[in-house]
Amino acid sequence: MTSIDTSASSGVRRALPRPGFSLALVLRGLTGRPLPLIGTLLVVFFLVVAVLGPWIAPYDYAEMIRGAARQPPSAEHLFGTDQLGRDVFSRVVYGAREIIAIPMISTSISVVLGASLGLLLGYVGGWLDEIAARLLDSLLSIPALVLAMVMLGTLGPSPLGIVIVIVLLYTPIVARVVRSATLSLRSAGYVEAARLRGEGLGYILFRELLPGVLPALAVEAALRFSYAIFLQASLGFLGLGVQPPSPDWGRMVNEARGFYAQSPWALWFPSGAIALLVIGVNLLSDGLRRVFRREGQM
Amino acid sequence: MPVLSVNNLSIDYRLGGEWVNALRDITLEIAPLEIHGLVGESGSGKSTLALAMMRYLSGNARISAGQIILDGEDITHKRDEEMQRIWGRKVALVPQDPLASLNPSYTVGDQIAEAVEIKALAGGGRPTRAETQRNAVDLLRRVRIADAETIAGRYPHQLSGGMQQRVVIAMALAAEPRLLILDEPTTALDVTTQASILDLVCDLVREQGAAALLVSHDLALVAQMCQRVTVLYGGEIMSSMASESLYTQPLHPYTISLLASRPRLMTGSETRLPVIEGVAPSLLERPHACVFVDRCPAAIAICREVKPPLERVEQGEMVRCHRWREIASGSLRLQTEPTQLSAEAQISGGHVLTATDMVKTFGDVAWSDRIFMRDRKPVRAVDGVNVSIRARSTLALVGESGSGKTTLARLVAGLECADNGDIELLDIPLDLTSAGRSIDQLRNLQMIFQNPNDALNPYRTVGQALGRAVRKLSSEAVGDEAVKARVSQLLNAVKLTDAYADRYPTELSGGEKQRVAIARAFAAQPALVIADEPTSSLDVSVQGTILNLLKDLRAQQGASYLLITHDLKAVSYLADWVLVMYLGEIVEEGTTGQVFSFPSHPYTEALISAVPRLNPAIQPQRIRLDGDIPSARDVPTGCRFHTRCPRKLGAVCESEAPPWRDAGDGHFIRCHIPIEDLARLQATDA
Repeated sequence: MTSIDTSASSGVRRALPRPGFSLALVLRGLTGRPLPLIGTLLVVFFLVVAVLGPWIAPYDYAEMIRGAARQPPSAEHLFGTDQLGRDVFSRVVYGAREIIAIPMISTSISVVLGASLGLLLGYVGGWLDEIAARLLDSLLSIPALVLAMVMLGTLGPSPLGIVIVIVLLYTPIVARVVRSATLSLRSAGYVEAARLRGEGLGYILFRELLPGVLPALAVEAALRFSYAIFLQASLGFLGLGVQPPSPDWGRMVNEARGFYAQSPWALWFPSGAIALLVIGVNLLSDGLRRVFRREGQM
Repeated sequence: MPVLSVNNLSIDYRLGGEWVNALRDITLEIAPLEIHGLVGESGSGKSTLALAMMRYLSGNARISAGQIILDGEDITHKRDEEMQRIWGRKVALVPQDPLASLNPSYTVGDQIAEAVEIKALAGGGRPTRAETQRNAVDLLRRVRIADAETIAGRYPHQLSGGMQQRVVIAMALAAEPRLLILDEPTTALDVTTQASILDLVCDLVREQGAAALLVSHDLALVAQMCQRVTVLYGGEIMSSMASESLYTQPLHPYTISLLASRPRLMTGSETRLPVIEGVAPSLLERPHACVFVDRCPAAIAICREVKPPLERVEQGEMVRCHRWREIASGSLRLQTEPTQLSAEAQISGGHVLTATDMVKTFGDVAWSDRIFMRDRKPVRAVDGVNVSIRARSTLALVGESGSGKTTLARLVAGLECADNGDIELLDIPLDLTSAGRSIDQLRNLQMIFQNPNDALNPYRTVGQALGRAVRKLSSEAVGDEAVKARVSQLLNAVKLTDAYADRYPTELSGGEKQRVAIARAFAAQPALVIADEPTSSLDVSVQGTILNLLKDLRAQQGASYLLITHDLKAVSYLADWVLVMYLGEIVEEGTTGQVFSFPSHPYTEALISAVPRLNPAIQPQRIRLDGDIPSARDVPTGCRFHTRCPRKLGAVCESEAPPWRDAGDGHFIRCHIPIEDLARLQATDA
C-alpha cells in the first residue's frame, strides 16, 4: 500500500506538438532553460571562433615574436605569450579548429556506423546479435587511452590516425545505445505491419525504426562529441595529437606546464578553453536529453 | 451511519496555469457491508474520485467545493501527515497493477508483515517479528492461497498476476480497513482469475464488516458484484442506482446506450450493435451544459443550454438528465436491441486458410545447456494445432493468457517461424516466414494488432502510413492520385474523414488509431485478417464501434477473420467458428452455437460460466478453476487440463491423453468423458 499511482490527469488530451525531430522544438528546448542555453552559447561561440580564426587572431600561431617571451596578458597580447614568444591568444584561436573539426568528423562517422550497426543488431537479433554484442563488449573493455596510444604509436600521430582511433572507440558505444533503443521498438505493431507488407530490411531499419531512436542518438552523439574533444586534448597533451607547430590545446598545456612558475597564463588559457568547450557540449547534450524526455520521446 | 459520504464534491486540476474542473458536484454514500460500483470510461474522473475518497490528491489538484466524510470524520481538509494515520487503517487501496505496487526486492511475506506491524504499532502494540510473520501467513490463507508458508517466502515476480493481486488484497486486509477501494482490480487478469478474485473480495468484505468501492469499466461485472452503482461521465454523476435497476430500468441515456453497446453472449452473428458515436470529451473540451450531449441519442435543444440537475428519483436513486421522466414513463424509448442484419453473403464451402500440425517451441535446449548439463525444458507454446478458416467467416481462438493463442496467430502471420507445420492460403502453400512470402500472399493475409498505441509509427501521418500500405501491396504500380483516392476510400470505410490523412498518431484517440490500423490491414482487399485482441485496450463505448466496423468490413470486403481474444462476448458477436485453446492444444472446436451451449469441454464450460452477466437470473453457477494455468515448460501428463478440471474422472485423466471426440456436425471435444455423459452432467448442473 506504499505506492499510489496518480495518473489522474490521464484523461487530458493535450494539444501535442507534432512528433519527429523538429529543429524548432530542439531549439526552443535548448534556449528555454539557463543551463542548456549556456551550453548552446558556449558551443556556438567556439564554432564561430573556429570558423573566423584567421580574422580574429592578431598573430600567426607559429610566429615567435622577438623579445616578447613569457609576457603576461596585456592589451597587445590578450592571453600573454608563451616561453617561445608566441601569442597565446592567437594559438588558442587557431587551435579551436582542430579540436572541433577532428572530433566532429570522427563523431559523425561513429554515429553513422554505430547507428547502422545498432539498428541492424537490435532488429535482426539472434546469433548475429549475440556474436556482435560480445565483440563490441570486448572492444569496450580496452581502456580508451591505452588503445589510442598503441594505435597512434604504430600509425604515427596524424589527424587521420586520430579520426580512426576515435571511430574505432566510439562506434561500439553508439551501436550499443542504438541497439538497446531498437530492441524496445522491434516488436511494435508498426514494425510488424511493415514486415507483413514485405518491406525490405533497409526500409524497416531507416524509415520505420530510425526516427524512433533519433532522440537517443542525438543525445549520445553530443555526448560522444564532448568525449572526443577531451580525448583529443589528452592525446595532444601526451604528444600524440596533431604535430607541432600547429597549435593543439592539449600540447599547449603540456608545453606550458614546464614554465608554470614563470608564465602561468600560457597554461590557464588553453586548459580553460578545453574545460569551457567540454562543459558547453555536455550542457548541450543534457539539454537535448531534457527536451526529448519532456516530449516523451525517450 | 454510512462508512463514507461524499457531498457535492468538486475537484480541479491546475493545467497550464489554469484551474480546470475535473469532478463536479459528486454526491454518494457507501453503507457498511455495501460494495459500491463506480463505472466510467477513461477521462471520466473515476480514478480521481476513487483516490479523493482517501483524501489522496495529486500535487496539482485541489478540492474546490464539498466534503468527504470517512467513518464519521471529515477528512476534506486534512493534511497528508494527518491522513497517514487514516491510510492503512481505516481505508486501503487495491490498485490496478499489483506488480507495480509490490516492492520487487522484498518477499511478499515481509511486505504483508510490514503492513501488519504498522497497524499494530498504530494501535499501541509492539508485535515481535515472529508474530507479524505468522499474521502475514494467516492473511495469505484468508485470501485463499493454498500453500501460504511457501508463497510468503516468494518475491512478487515469482507469482502469477492473480496471486500478486491476492497478495495486494492481503496487504490491504492487514489494515482491517473500514473501506476498501478497488481500482480496476481485475482488468489485467484472465476471466477465470477475475471471477475468483471478485468472489474473494465479496466474502472478505462481508467477513470484515467493511465496505468497498469497486471501480470498473465492466457494467456486467459491477452489476454482479455490487449493491449500488454510480455511473460517471465527464466528471459528473450521470446516475446512481441499485444495481438491479441496471437491467430492469436504467434511466439515463448514457447508461442505456452503454448497456446496449455491449455484445452479449449469444447475440448471434447476424446482428449489429447499437453504439455510442464519438469519444468521451477530454477535460478541456467538456460541453458546458449536459456533458453527454454530444453523444446522446436523445439530446434536445435544452440539453445544450442548461445543465441538468442531479435529481432524486426515489429512495437513493439519482439521475442527471432533462428527459429522465420521459424515459421512466416509457414515452421516450432508445434503441437497445441489436439490429438484425440482412442475411450476409453465404459462407462458401472453400477454405481461405488451412494450417496443419503447427508446432512452436521456445527456448530450445541450446548446445551450451547440454555442455553444462543444465536441465532446461523448452516451452511448448503451440503443440500440433490444426486451424482451418472458411471463406467470408470468422474463426475465434479463445483461451486464457498462456494458452498459446497469440503465438498461433503469429505463426500463421509468419511473424514467428513455426518449427513444423504447413500453411495453405487460398489453396497455395505459404512459406512459414513472412519474409519468404510473395507480395500477393502478403496482401491476402494482414493483421490488426492488440495495442493501437504502437500499431502506427508515431513519426508518420495517417495518410503516409495508409499510402505506403496501398503502394506496397497493390499488384500493379499505382500513381499518386490513385493512392490518394484509395486512402480516402479506406478512411471513409472505417468512418473517418479525409482530414485524418494529415494527422499524426499522437493526435488520435485509441479508438481512432485502431480504426486506422484496421484500414491499413484492408489496404488491398485481403482474404484473411488476423485480429489479435482488437478491442481489449479500448474504452467500453468504443469497443462496440470497432466490433461493428469489423463486421461491416467483413460484409463489404468479403474477408475472413482469425480473431484472437479472451472476450467471449466479442466472440459470440463476431465469430462463426470457435477454437478453444489450452496450453498449446485445441480442446474444443465447433460453431459458436455449439461451443457456447452444452455439451462442451469442462474448460470451455468454466470460461463461459466465469463471464459476468448483467442479469443475475441468467448467471450460470460459476465453476471455479483451481489455481493458475500451468507453465508450458511443464505440461501436465495425460489430459493437460487435469490439474484444474472440475469434472476430472480419475487416474485416466492423469495418465492418458484424452481422445478427440466427435460431438456431431463438426463439433469436437478433447475429453475422456463421453459426449453423452458430458451433456447429461452439464444439463443437470445448469
